[in-house]
Amino acid sequence: MSSNLLLDSKSIGVILHRLANQLLETHLDFKNTVLIGLQPRGVYLAERLAKLLSEDYAVSDLRLGYLDITFFRDDFRRSEKPLSASKTKIDFLVENQKVVFIDDVLYTGRSIQSALSAIQSFGRPSSVELMVLIDRRFSRHLPIQPNYRGRQVDAINEERVRVLWKEKDGEDAVYIENKNLK
Amino acid sequence: MSELSVKHLLGIKYLTEDDIQLIFETADHFKEVLSRPIKKVPSLRDVTIANIFFENSTRTKLSFELAQKRLSADVVNFSAGQSSVKKGETLVDTVNNILAMKVDMVVMRHPNPGAGVFLSKHIDASIVNAGDGAHEHPTQALLDAFSIRERLGDLGGKKVLIVGDILHSRVALSNIFLLKKLGAKVTVCGPQTLIPKYITSLGVEVEHDLDRALVDADVANMLRIQNERLDQSYFPSTREYVMQYGLTDERLSRLDRVPLIMHPGPINRGVEITSSIADSEHAIILDQVSNGVAVRMAVMYLLAGKQ
Repeated sequence: MSSNLLLDSKSIGVILHRLANQLLETHLDFKNTVLIGLQPRGVYLAERLAKLLSEDYAVSDLRLGYLDITFFRDDFRRSEKPLSASKTKIDFLVENQKVVFIDDVLYTGRSIQSALSAIQSFGRPSSVELMVLIDRRFSRHLPIQPNYRGRQVDAINEERVRVLWKEKDGEDAVYIENKNLK
Repeated sequence: MSELSVKHLLGIKYLTEDDIQLIFETADHFKEVLSRPIKKVPSLRDVTIANIFFENSTRTKLSFELAQKRLSADVVNFSAGQSSVKKGETLVDTVNNILAMKVDMVVMRHPNPGAGVFLSKHIDASIVNAGDGAHEHPTQALLDAFSIRERLGDLGGKKVLIVGDILHSRVALSNIFLLKKLGAKVTVCGPQTLIPKYITSLGVEVEHDLDRALVDADVANMLRIQNERLDQSYFPSTREYVMQYGLTDERLSRLDRVPLIMHPGPINRGVEITSSIADSEHAIILDQVSNGVAVRMAVMYLLAGKQ
């Protein structure tokens, strides 16, 4: 299996600051904006951004929630095994709020479609935006595009994009892996 | 682990400890779903479930049906009282007729022990046993243990007391199987006539004196006196039963530590348990009912995922 480093810890740090600034530019004081990290891997990016916004950019009372989409997936009973669910934690209503979904990798777009259905259980958002660290263009099954992206890559289907976070995996890095290449 | 080891839920005795933990973890997530403003998920939108009840049931049927609707399954209901069973149709024929209409899962209650196991050998659909005679009532035991776990944490080493009619109770039997699998210590308590002799072979203690049994109990599960199943006199009078085995305020006041009070319902107020205890902070009877929906959602979600 080949494994190429796409982003190292320093580049990820720079990207996080840019994404935080882009969010600030659009949402200013975040009064009517809520951040929703998608379980399981989107929550790390969401937590990092929330920390950055409150510590470095003095945004107070930022609302952050976690959304699990397992029960809303469109491949239940079509894949080999049912996937284990993760925790959903949204302690606020999203009615009339601007929701920003945050995930690590955008691939087929199906998770985002499920998330769009799932979030409706918590009310009717006034708008929904999408932020991803890695956008795998040319791989979409659905007409879904991100509003904010860290890096766009042209990975082919055999390749896997692996996003690692220090708090979970010991380092901040993004690798592109190909199990067919040596 | 994200998959059950079984295709049907016929009884607790067929489940592994991992299966039980998976059901609990999945039920935790569904409990959160049930706290949302919109309490519905689309998981089972292409699954059709038949609820086949050959015996009366109000709350179990309601709980299953609500769970199915929260999962977006299509539901058909069948009660033996209004059906061809009265005209002499066999169980397999009845169910095959329903399956011919493309049903994926059958939730069945039947007066004969083993009816679910029999059916599972003859049909393709997943079967959930909603009570078979005096044999098992697995979802009740799961929701009971889930409710204890919610209040007291891990069940290992906890002392659970089951009081009342153990002889006719499928709830008692399923509870015993489940609690033993999770490492709890189980004591049964009741009049000698209502405690079957074989019960000690399941690894439970027998105590005929309720006051003694209550002393160090973490949980007291008070079973209903099932008058409809008592075809002969098992105790002299209801008044005598209340004096010996009824949970009264006076009895609890003698204890240093009041256990968690449970009841599978419907309650005979003033018989197994007094009104004031049933409505007190120690009772988790209504939690059991709410948890029932989440636990049944978890069971049906996980079984549907196996297909």
